[in-house]
This record gives sequence, C-alpha cells and structure tokens, in this order.
Amino acid sequence: MKIRAQFAMVFNLDKCIGCHTCSVTCKNVWSNRKGVEYAWFNNVESKPGVGYPKDWENQDKWKGGWKKINGKLELNAGGKVKKIVQIFANPNLPQIDDYYEPFTYDYARLQNAPLSEAAPTARPVSQITGEKMDKITWGPNWEDDLAGEFHKRSQDRNFSNMEKEMFKQFENTFHMYLPRICNHCINPACVASCPSGAMYKREEDGIVLADQDRCRGWRMCISGCPYKKVFYNWESGKAEKCIGCYPRVESGMPTVCSESCVGRIRYNGIILYDADKLLDAASVDNDQDLYKAHLDLFVDPYDPKIIEQAKKDGVPEHWIEAAQKSPIYKMAVQWKIAFPLHPEFRTLPMIWYVPPLSPVQSQIDQKKLPTEADGVIPKADAMRLPVKYLANLLTAGKEEYIVSALNRMIAMRSYQRSVHVEGKADTRALDAVGMTEDMAKEMYRYLAIANYEDRFVIPTSHEEIRLDDYHGFQGQNGFSFGADASKGYGTFALFPERRTESMEPREPAPLAEDDR
Amino acid sequence: MNIKTIVFGVYPYIALTVFIIGSWLRFDHAQYTWKTDSTQLLSKANMVLASNFFHVGILSIFLGHFAGLVLPHGLWLALGISDMQHQWVAIIAGAVFGTMCLLGGVMLWMRRMFNRRIAVTGRRMDKFILTWLMLTLLLGLATIPVSIGHANHGDPAVMLALSDWVKSILTLQPEPALLDNVDPVFRAHLFFGMTVFLLFPFTRLVHVLSAPFGYLMRSYQVVRTKRRLA
Repeated sequence: MKIRAQFAMVFNLDKCIGCHTCSVTCKNVWSNRKGVEYAWFNNVESKPGVGYPKDWENQDKWKGGWKKINGKLELNAGGKVKKIVQIFANPNLPQIDDYYEPFTYDYARLQNAPLSEAAPTARPVSQITGEKMDKITWGPNWEDDLAGEFHKRSQDRNFSNMEKEMFKQFENTFHMYLPRICNHCINPACVASCPSGAMYKREEDGIVLADQDRCRGWRMCISGCPYKKVFYNWESGKAEKCIGCYPRVESGMPTVCSESCVGRIRYNGIILYDADKLLDAASVDNDQDLYKAHLDLFVDPYDPKIIEQAKKDGVPEHWIEAAQKSPIYKMAVQWKIAFPLHPEFRTLPMIWYVPPLSPVQSQIDQKKLPTEADGVIPKADAMRLPVKYLANLLTAGKEEYIVSALNRMIAMRSYQRSVHVEGKADTRALDAVGMTEDMAKEMYRYLAIANYEDRFVIPTSHEEIRLDDYHGFQGQNGFSFGADASKGYGTFALFPERRTESMEPREPAPLAEDDR
Repeated sequence: MNIKTIVFGVYPYIALTVFIIGSWLRFDHAQYTWKTDSTQLLSKANMVLASNFFHVGILSIFLGHFAGLVLPHGLWLALGISDMQHQWVAIIAGAVFGTMCLLGGVMLWMRRMFNRRIAVTGRRMDKFILTWLMLTLLLGLATIPVSIGHANHGDPAVMLALSDWVKSILTLQPEPALLDNVDPVFRAHLFFGMTVFLLFPFTRLVHVLSAPFGYLMRSYQVVRTKRRLA
C-alpha cells in the first residue's frame, strides 16, 4: 500500500446555471495571452452537444485516453514506438478550427469610420492572422443553451445506444450544463504520452502540470488527453493546461473557478488513495466496472491503519485531517452521488460530477409524472433528462448507479420538504434508498446551503520541505516560464554557479512618492 | 591566406564553435525557447505527407553524410565495401532521400510562405532557415550528376578527398588544399552546409538535439516530488 493525497473537485450539476463565470474568471487569470486565445482551461458546455473541441468525446476519432489491448492497458493512440514514429506529424492532433478560430472585433471602426448613411459595423478579426473574417462559423460555446439544429447537436457521443429521434420533439427536449476543466487524472494519458517527460503529476497533491522549460512541443499530450484539456500555445510552441490554480491551492485557497462560482456548485478538497492499486483499477476488463474500481482506490481517512501508512508515505498530519473533512470524500465515497466524467477513458479522472435532477414541475402539478410516496417529488427515471444519457456521460452507460444517486438526492429533497412544508419529518423516501435522517441533513447542508468552509477544505502545502528560504518564495509562483514549482531539470550546466533551484526573492517594489 | 583557406580552413571552426557553444548556452539559459515550434495546430492539411517526407529525408541524409564523411574510411574497407560500391551507395541513397526531402521540403516551404496562418505567425528566422536548408539540399542534389560522372569513370578521388578534408577538420589539422581539385558545386554545397551549423543554435533546428529516445526507456507516468530525496 502506498497512500497519496489527491486534490480533487466535485461539480454539482444540479445547481449549475451555465453562467460561464468560471470560464471567464479562469480565462482572465490564466489564458489571456497570445497563442492561447482559443484555449479555455475551463469551459461550460451545453449538453446535448458536440462540445469543445468538436466531438471531443469521440475517441474513435481522436484516439485519446487508454484502452485494453490483449489484456494490457495501452495508450489508445498506440505505444511509445508508435509515438516516436508519428512524431513528425501527429495524425490525431486537432486543428485549431476544431476548437474555433480565435477572433476579436474591429471596434475602432465604430469610432473612426467616415461619415456614412449606414451605421458602421465592427467586423470580426482573426486573432491568428489579424485579418478580417467574413463570418464566424464556430466559437467556444456555439451550442449555448441548445443553439443550433438538433441533428448537429445530436452528434453528441452520449446519444450512442439511445433512440435519439424522440428528443427532437420540443416537448421531449432536455438540456444540462457541463462545466469542464482538466481532470488531474490519477492515470493521466497526457503524462504518459509526453515524449519529453515534461508533463508530470505532483506527488503531494496530484495536480498535473506541464513543465514549460522541458516541453519541446512534440504535441502528443494534446491528442493523448481524451478530454482535450491540454492545449498547444501556437505562439510559444508549448503545451499549456489548467494548473489547478496550484499557487492558490498551495496557500489553502480554492481554485479561481471554484471561488467565483456564483451557483456554489464547486467543491474542492483532497482524497487519499492507494497508489499501488491504480494500475489494476485502470485495467479492469469491463468499462462499466471502472467507476467501482476507481471508487475502491480511495481509502478511509479515519482508519488508523491508513493514517499510519499515510504518515509513513509522507502525507502531513493536517492533510489527513483535511481528508477526513473532505467534501469530495463525502459525496463520492460516503453518499455515492458523484461520478467521474467518462470513466471508460481509463484515466481515473479526479473531477467528479453530481448528476442534475430535472423535474418538470408543470407535469407534476398536472399529475402526469409518477411521483414518490409524498405525491410531490418525481421518480428518478421519470425526469426530463434520460438516465441513459447521464449514464453514458458518467458511468460508462451503467444506469443503476445514476438512478441510485438521483434517488438519494430526491429523497433528501422529499425529507426536507416534509420538514419545512408539512412541519413533520416524513422519512419514507429516505428509508426507500437506505438513508438516515442525519445523512439527509448533512447532504442538505452540503448541497443546498453549501457554505464556503464546507465546500472548500484545502490544506496548505509545505514549501519548507524543499526551499531554504520559503519566505523569499512567497507570492512568486504562477504561470511562469520555468520549472520553479519543481526541480524540472538536471544539474548539467555550462555555468553551474548561476543556476538557482528556486526563484530569487523579488526586489521590494519602490515606494510611491507620497509614501516617502 | 586566400579565400579558400578562410572558407575551408577557418570557417569550419567558427561554425562548429558557434554550433556547440551556442547550443549549449541556449539550452542552459533559454530552455523555454528550445522547442519544435510545430505549426500543425494551425494547419493540418498534407502535414502527414510533407513533414514525414522532409524529416525522414533530412535525417537519413544527415546519417549518410555522417557514415560517409566522419566514420573512418578503413571501417568500410574492413567490411568489404570497396570505394566504388561506397560511392554508388552514396549516390543512390542521396538521390532517394534527397528527393524525398525535396518533395516534403517544397511542400513545407510553400506552406510556410503562402499559407496565411503560417506565414503571418511564423518568425523571419523560420522562413530563412527553411529556405537555406532547401538551397543546401538543391546544391547537394546538384552534386549527384557530377558524382555519377566520376563513378562511371571508376574514379573515387573526389569522394575520398571530401572525406579526408572532413577528417582533417575534425582532427584539428585542417588541409583546405584537399578541396582544390574538387568540383565547384561540392564546394558551394560545403559552404551552405557549414553555414547550417553556424545558424543552428539560433533556429528551431535545435529540437533535433532533444530527439526523445528517453521516452522508450521510461515508465509511462512521471511523478515529481517536493521532498528532498536523500
């Protein structure tokens, strides 16, 4: 057994309103530079839809993630030798148009156009070539709120093995939001695909990073990631990705997408897992068993044996405490209401999702929907969102896990409704899904109230274990062009004495005139 | 000291020094700039054909030059390869891989010059070095008919003179006079080729030094720790 801590998140889709605050915040903080205009480390997709980049879930096309070949886990796009052979031209690389051609508008024209009868227009301008574009035909969120024709959106892979024609009908249509970031996988395919060894997973918190100095731009990570969450900066020629806001997380702050989420749908915390078992977990034969195997990787942070082993493996004491209070552990392991996105990609992703409920209130009022015992809360399999669709998204198609999670959330609502509306606790729904009143109350606190300190349980990191002068390091980390977050390079150097293992303390800012 | 002595006795050392020290310095101090600078993301069309032809061609040509010019002459004789066989192998391999490199290279050159996205976002040095490589290649291909002429007369003297000159440079005993009787097209090709070494550290060509063979040896997953390991 080898215990490692993993920084993880849960997104409660039941409360996501698709406002894109997370995407915009993230973009402004991390990817508002030349070369990554098209890259959204965080994006929110409207589902059903083909997503960003187009059709990313279709691994027959992109060959991302892992698969089992002759009983052995192997990269979907082929092993190491094949990667070297394909290094001159990666056949699985998306073209930027698969994301979208980044654009801005010729705003200046609105002010400096010569006098004319018609109002001046601000034409779109390509951010690659700087030339005017005739027409914008795709964008980062082209399908927002079910925009576009059904037959295009229905290319969505999650419709596979479903009769999708009926969802074309307005009465039957359904819609949900899917916010996506890097999954900081336990078995990352991007890391495994990187010929240079520039992509790596951090031992302390499992955040997956791309070493900007060591990256050579072989672009195998871009296609290797089945979620298409590693991006190629066409200006710098380097791979860039969501960095899990590690400078914030190391200081105990939530990621900036989580902090800014107005719906309070994002939970940050750590979870302990057994690193010795990860290969077996990623290699189970049946795709539908992957969720269960993934769940079994996580260990009980209250178990004295686990605690002892964790300490032996270098997990700090207060990280173990944080693992005990972790909202991730509660939702994923204790309540089993959160699921990994597309477990069949076999990367063991660590951003989990609580599936959305989608009751149709008018139909309940008209008594057209089958309901639970209380006659008010609808049944899980009678919702607007087909359970099969959610299962294709979150459990490799196995519906029973989704139904169980939805039933638990419904039971919690039913119970709370009885307490607050009827003034008398009705536990019939709870009993039916094997929940206690305490559990329902706690779920209510975490899901409905979602206090800041319940959502974010993030232990601070221990820079002092690697730095001589960790005060000098404060405030100096971020998206930097070097390996200052780790020892990324060797010691072989032409001028060794100039090499520093960490950033040098910054000069204090000069005082303003008034302060002198 | 005449111009030939400078170009074939001094210039090689300038080029090699800049090549080695320049690359080392760049790797040391500006590793962020050490990359392939791939533009495949911006335009994928025909890249599988163009890039593979170009790269396989140019790398094979480089290995061929290395085998013919740098490896000791005695090695080939010991292996039972006569000078004439050697010359014909060089002519045929050079023609095949040279043509391959030319085909791919022309496609890449057209793309770099006339594909709007690539032309606008590329650096001037990218355009320059690709053009320079293509000129070097064309000069190299132009030596093939001359070599065939020599080979048809059973005359390996030029080939041996070139190889002796390279050895004289590498053993720090330059003998530029060896090239006096070599056809001018070889000398032009040599000058262009040496200049590639001179330019190397300032271009994207440096990525060849990072050819990721280590990938074949390492395990798939890479984990870095903050703990000080011993």
